[in-house]
Amino acid sequence: MPEQKQSAALESVRIELTEREIDYHALTEEVRTTQAGAVVLFLGTVREMTQGQRTLALDYEAYPEMAEAKMHELVKEAAERWPILSAAIVHRLGHLELGEISIALAVSCPHRRDAFEAGQFLIDEFKIRVPVWKKENWADGTTAWVHPTLGNTPPAS
Amino acid sequence: MKISVRLFARARDLAGADSTELNCPEGATIGELKQLLIEQHPALKPMIDSLLIAVDRDFASEDFILTEGVEVACFPPVSGG
Repeated sequence: MPEQKQSAALESVRIELTEREIDYHALTEEVRTTQAGAVVLFLGTVREMTQGQRTLALDYEAYPEMAEAKMHELVKEAAERWPILSAAIVHRLGHLELGEISIALAVSCPHRRDAFEAGQFLIDEFKIRVPVWKKENWADGTTAWVHPTLGNTPPAS
Repeated sequence: MKISVRLFARARDLAGADSTELNCPEGATIGELKQLLIEQHPALKPMIDSLLIAVDRDFASEDFILTEGVEVACFPPVSGG
């Protein structure tokens, strides 16, 4: 194998959008490796209360081709900053009830500090750059797309 | 040149279509494309300042110049996770 200096450590990457329930145990197992001393798993789940309003369910949609490209880009960037051995990001689409898992993100590194930081970076940047949207189904029967009120400055790529 | 624009989330709901075709002059920028978009779909006007445009699956700024055959998408700020 030719030497790849920056991401030489990265053994595997899994990126997926799915309409099915996320098996986060299997996802975590996928990033485990004997080179790793630390595995961090993040789960995003459907929360009931948002600023005093009660949610019944969320509907997620994506621009799938771009979302997958952006997820790969994020892992690549993270691997240039932290010695990531393996990373997996799965986002669910469609209708999700309270408590269901919308995103599972797992990352393994030799040491815990890197694993935590890489995991934090990946979820924070996901929420800025990956074209996925959620629609609230409020308890009062109304629905509303959640769109952070940003200007028209595109996120840095 | 004809540019097909895919629409997502609230932009799609307001326009009532998941894609739309625009007749853009050669050398048109993203800013000009957005103007054509709201002329064709006035319902999008209230959210024009927050609409993001992607070209070939990457974010593009207002002064980006469009060329024939590119993949264009239009959507509000993202809210995944």
